[in-house]
Amino acid sequence: MKTSETASAPAAWDPERARAVIREHKELPGALLPVLHAVRDTFGYVAPEAVPLVAEELNLSRAEVHGVLTFYHLFRQSKPGRHEVWICRAEACQAMNGDGVAEHASQRLGTDFHGTSEDGRYSLEPVYCLGNCALAPAAMIDGRLHGRLDAARLDELIAELEENG
Amino acid sequence: MTMKVFVPGDSAARSVGADAVARAIRAEAARRDASVDLVRNGSRGLYWLEPLVEVATEQGRVAYGPVSASDVPSLFDAGFLRGEEHVLSHGLTDSISYLANQERLTFARVGVVDPLSIADYRAYGGLRGLERALAIEPASVISEVTESGLRGRGGAAFPAGIKWKTVHDTQASQKYIACNADEGDSGTFADRMLMEGDPFLLIEGMVIAGLATGATEGYIYLRAEYPDAYRVLTEAIRVAYEERLLGDDILGTGNRFHLHLRLAAGAYICGEETSMLESLEGKRGEIRYKPPLPAIEGLFGKPTVVNNVLTLAAVPLILDRGAAYYAGFGTGRSRGTQPLQLAGNVARGGLFEKAFGLTLRELIHDWGGGTATGRSVRAVQVGGPLGAYVPHWQLDTPLDYEALAERDAMLGHGGVVVFDDSVDMAKMARYAMEFCAIESCGKCTPCRMGSVRGVEVIDRVVGDQDRDKNLVLLEDLCDTMIHGSLCAMGGLTPYPVLSALRHFPEDFEPREGAGGGAGGDERRRAGGALRVVS
Ligand SMILES: Cc1cc2nc3c(=O)[nH]c(=O)nc-3n(C[C@H](O)[C@H](O)[C@H](O)COP(=O)(O)O)c2cc1C
Ligand code: SF4
Ligand code: FES
Repeated sequence: MKTSETASAPAAWDPERARAVIREHKELPGALLPVLHAVRDTFGYVAPEAVPLVAEELNLSRAEVHGVLTFYHLFRQSKPGRHEVWICRAEACQAMNGDGVAEHASQRLGTDFHGTSEDGRYSLEPVYCLGNCALAPAAMIDGRLHGRLDAARLDELIAELEENG
Repeated sequence: MTMKVFVPGDSAARSVGADAVARAIRAEAARRDASVDLVRNGSRGLYWLEPLVEVATEQGRVAYGPVSASDVPSLFDAGFLRGEEHVLSHGLTDSISYLANQERLTFARVGVVDPLSIADYRAYGGLRGLERALAIEPASVISEVTESGLRGRGGAAFPAGIKWKTVHDTQASQKYIACNADEGDSGTFADRMLMEGDPFLLIEGMVIAGLATGATEGYIYLRAEYPDAYRVLTEAIRVAYEERLLGDDILGTGNRFHLHLRLAAGAYICGEETSMLESLEGKRGEIRYKPPLPAIEGLFGKPTVVNNVLTLAAVPLILDRGAAYYAGFGTGRSRGTQPLQLAGNVARGGLFEKAFGLTLRELIHDWGGGTATGRSVRAVQVGGPLGAYVPHWQLDTPLDYEALAERDAMLGHGGVVVFDDSVDMAKMARYAMEFCAIESCGKCTPCRMGSVRGVEVIDRVVGDQDRDKNLVLLEDLCDTMIHGSLCAMGGLTPYPVLSALRHFPEDFEPREGAGGGAGGDERRRAGGALRVVS
């Protein structure tokens, strides 16, 4: 997820840039999560190459950084597709045919959950509640929340993405 | 004359087109030379009516909804700027029965004010609680909270005043207030609504908690799935520093409180308080052994108040109006109001804040209007993914801590998820186990392994493979998880599972196509029918 809809497109991996981003946050108490967030916000994911840099700057072992990185679902370690589609799989959305929407999303985007479509356009992730349970089923696309989804509405949203590149 | 128009900036309202409506109103007003002051308020929590547009008239605010951008020209034609009739009109907002029948204490300002206007905040009674807290002794602040009967709204329902007193009484060079804004339970969104719609209330509550306990630093641990709340809180904290609500000289009294906003990273378990503290310290969100309690050794090893958003947000009013006022609402040992969240398959989903004691039936049928699909209600999950399924024949259960506990259910964070009669309860039971397997922190075996086994065992039950043996196994497994897990993740997951099994055994009958001793293919097929998470 991009934690801000207005975030610009992720930058290509660049160790110097990464180091600068890490340094910006490393003095915070309990800095590792803010640092990993910042790396992810900048590059769209936390590349394996980032781990030694983070470890060095925060004075941690690589194993420690890796351990934290892999604990959290949000910190993906591979480059995401151009658009990140999160479909809520939790109970309130299931009660409103969220399963149907999820299945449709997988077909329409051409990828399984946790995967990226072959053309690199879409990554599809399951999430467990987006706080939109009264307007279920819900999804978040590139950090933007959507509600009352069905297959047709999802197609519209995807069509909008395709229009905008 | 400039007319004031409200279009929610709440993320759920935006999720169904509120931004497009706001743009359309601005454009149409410009085209017609009408002078409009457009405010992006929070949501009133009448989500089936979102986007809900309101216009301030002399009689009060008039509501229209659900409005789509294409309705905007006709609203102007009808004279909505003067509150005139339109097919989408609901009359005065305050008279809409869903709202008029609530007791909005914590949510009094949400949807009413401009969330980031400190002037609005003051005009609608904000900061009076803090002013009173600043004028009395910390111990008196704590007594007010204790006497109000306020219990934690995050799930465990622990008395807030007692927790605060422990932190107050523990000597330390540094103490912390940690607000749990991880809101991971399916069916809940009250924290989100409050943070987006009235962020200063949470800040005020945290400052009061700091004054009462001697904590000068606060953290809000916010789930990463809430980017809008992140944006609003970031800005609200900035304004709060400017207005000296935060900083080294709170409202000119020389008291200090600094507040930091931190983002979680998509792990449900980090809503558990010790896991949250680990996460705030930059570690894996693994559960800590208790004791020591966080109130004694919490964040960075220092005494820490961990409270849910709604707990902290209830405090300013308690200080302002007094403990007795708050305790005057509710029933038994459930005092005050509970912001209930009505979700899932329900016609009128939304936020319903009411004194404890409302029954599920009243909530779902009288206010929620039954299911969205028009079919009958079959089961309701109360209290999130670790909460039991309440069958339709128990809908007269009151929504208070004790009454639910008597039925092996729990209120949790107040989420109520409705399912109609098409629900497959074996599938829901399987999902509960699967969710636990995905989100387990991995520290103890009953939870980490038990949940994985649980999924397999349920698959075998419905796949008609050694059915009776596997049913016994499922019960045993649940028993081990309940009694052998280190925290409530593994300890409570069996509740939705067992409630589904007890109340709806027919759903656990062998599936068509699955035969005794079925081969791998059939097993997969039967399992496949149950799978929720792809
Ligand atoms: C698995 C699990 C998840 C939890 N998630 C949350 C949560 O998202 N928000 C929350 O406030 N409390 C959550 N809790 C409860 C917290 O551990 C803790 O009781 C609460 O934050 C204390 O605040 P309160 O007393 O104000 O409720 C969770 C507990 C467990 C076991
Ligand atoms: S019960 Fe589950 S989540 Fe809790 S400590 Fe054990 S493994 Fe971790
Ligand atoms: S359960 Fe899907 S948004 Fe909450």
